[in-house]
Amino acid sequence: MLDLTWLLIAVPLASSLVLLLAGTRANPWGHWLGVIASGSTFVVGLGAFIQMLGLDAEERSHAVHLFSWIPGGELNLDAGLLVDPLSLTFVLLVSFVGTLIHVYSVAYMEHDPNRRIFFAYLNLFVAAMLLLVLADSFLLLFVGWEGVGLASYLLIGFWNQKPEYATAAKKAFVVNRVGDIGLIIAMGLMFASFGAVDFATVFAAAPEASTATLTATGLMLLLAATGKSAQFPLQSWLGDAMAGPTPVSALIHAATMVTAGVYLIVRSAPIFEGAPAAQTVVAAVGAFTLILGALIGLAKDDIKKALAASTMSQIGYMMLAAGLGPVGYAFAIFHLVTHGFFKAGMFLGAGSVMHGMQDQVDMRRFGALRTAMVTTWITFGLGWLAILGVPPFSGFWSKDKIIEAAFVGEGAQPWILGGAALIGAGLTAFYMSRLFFMTFHGKARWTDDQHPHESPALMTVPMIILAVGSAFLGLFLALGDRFSHWLEPVTGHVEHHEPVLPIPVIMTATLLLVALGVWGAWRKYGAADVPTTAPTASLATVAARNDMFQDSVNRGVFERPGTHLTRTLVYADAAVVDGAVDKQAEAWSRTGEVVRRAQNGQVRSYALTMLVGLVIVIFVVVQGVSKPCSRS
Amino acid sequence: MDPINFVILAAILFAIGAAAVLLRRNAIVAFMGVELMLNASNLALVAFSRIHGEIDGQVMAFFVMVVAAAEVVVGLAIIIAVFRARQTISLDEPAELKG
Repeated sequence: MLDLTWLLIAVPLASSLVLLLAGTRANPWGHWLGVIASGSTFVVGLGAFIQMLGLDAEERSHAVHLFSWIPGGELNLDAGLLVDPLSLTFVLLVSFVGTLIHVYSVAYMEHDPNRRIFFAYLNLFVAAMLLLVLADSFLLLFVGWEGVGLASYLLIGFWNQKPEYATAAKKAFVVNRVGDIGLIIAMGLMFASFGAVDFATVFAAAPEASTATLTATGLMLLLAATGKSAQFPLQSWLGDAMAGPTPVSALIHAATMVTAGVYLIVRSAPIFEGAPAAQTVVAAVGAFTLILGALIGLAKDDIKKALAASTMSQIGYMMLAAGLGPVGYAFAIFHLVTHGFFKAGMFLGAGSVMHGMQDQVDMRRFGALRTAMVTTWITFGLGWLAILGVPPFSGFWSKDKIIEAAFVGEGAQPWILGGAALIGAGLTAFYMSRLFFMTFHGKARWTDDQHPHESPALMTVPMIILAVGSAFLGLFLALGDRFSHWLEPVTGHVEHHEPVLPIPVIMTATLLLVALGVWGAWRKYGAADVPTTAPTASLATVAARNDMFQDSVNRGVFERPGTHLTRTLVYADAAVVDGAVDKQAEAWSRTGEVVRRAQNGQVRSYALTMLVGLVIVIFVVVQGVSKPCSRS
Repeated sequence: MDPINFVILAAILFAIGAAAVLLRRNAIVAFMGVELMLNASNLALVAFSRIHGEIDGQVMAFFVMVVAAAEVVVGLAIIIAVFRARQTISLDEPAELKG
């Protein structure tokens, strides 16, 4: 099975091409082809996983050579796949959650005339995402990286007949390009210092490289990761990306694609090992984003945007863990997996709510849905308990570990990072409870034409499976540190580090803050009436509702000066470059204008000119002749 | 007689011819000026031939006569054509080709 892993990429890619080329005749069966293609990747992934479990820990890294890709002098690059515990974890997550979301989409997109194209794009995404995680070189990873970006763009703008959706897609694409520049520069730096861009060579050579090189490479990789994972300062696209159909938000913008940045950081661990400064920046970016996302989540009334802010915040936790070094890598990936389950489950729940409420996304218009949508309520509730970190649900096992790991270290760093992670947990509890209570509890605030109903089984079954994962996956993987041991061949064995605070104290503080958050949310949004229009609020709330003015900042700092710069350049081009040419032409034209007057059409004046010329010529000739004469 | 006098006479005739071309409006008179200049040059050529005691100048004079005859044919034809077209032979009248 391990040698068949190329099928993971080939099958969904082929299915995607078939669906794109088949046209309308694929309408009756296209969506099922998509589901089968996605499901087959899970089967292959599972087979590879079982085969790998049979191997010893030292042998759990399998290289699959595909073909010689760039045989060019100094850069000799083969396209190949690297199957190891880290990539297999992603393969299983992507193919499993992806397949569930494919099934869900069959029902969710039932009334869309372009459903087959939607599945073509979803398959394209799965192929690109699996290529991203399986690639054995940064360049091949980059191909997958761009592929998921393309799929994300196509799917955000799937309903591009609405101009604002098309704009949202474009925004996501452009912001991601900024991050991609980081990856390209990082590859350039690697090629300059190591002469290669494949993982094996680069990671083998990294320990000998200078700290400056590694720091620069690491920071560029971080830039790439911030773009893909919606981390500060490239976070602005994620909220708008919610324009896409909800299954897309669940698959791409919650469970898989946005975590690619975390994968990149963890995969590049040997580079960050030699660059502690870059590592600290990664952790700081993660800590900052987790607070930023949580604050934005506090004020959002749009259920999908609130979940998007939460995604940003949770990925902040993963980044924070990835920035802590080997002590955090396993926890980052662990949280990534559990988050993939509970967040995808909650997004599907939100989709189910929208499905039953005629695409209403304003939570102020929900309320009391627990009676109308029991399955959605329970599955969403399990996801909610998981993200809060309530024991024994999944999130507790992963998030609590990250908070503990954040408190490991010396000096002020553990207090700042740990404090941020701790406060973030409290904020998470508040905004997720607010979302949950506003949607499912309190009084019904529906508009007259809304008749909420439970979604069909094709939608609820994936939600139930994900909810079961949200509930028990964390416990299952955390028992006996199974997950950490599974990842050990990649992340390395780490001795236990003692946090600056005793672990029970941290755990108690976390749970107390979570309880406080839930209680606060219940007081304000569960027990009390929620106004159907957003009340006027303090400046801080307004700022959070507007995503901390991220768009205004981007406009003021980048767009406006950029526009002015280009305008100045256009003006300079017209004035200086074109101006020089134009002025020269004008000068010749003026000269012609003056000389033209000599051509007055008077024959006798021409004759005079000729005579004068003749006289001059004769004079010169005679002068010229007389001198040699005088010499002789 | 000193042959240089013929050269001086030729120069005077040439000047008269040139003045006629430049100063008279009448195309026929200007044309006569051209003929006068040609003949002045013929005279000079013959005079030089005499001075140097060589035959070249006289041969050249014959060529000039032939060219002059041809030129008269073309020139008079043009003058007649211009007269037919605009009922005048003033040299200042046709100025359409000014820049």
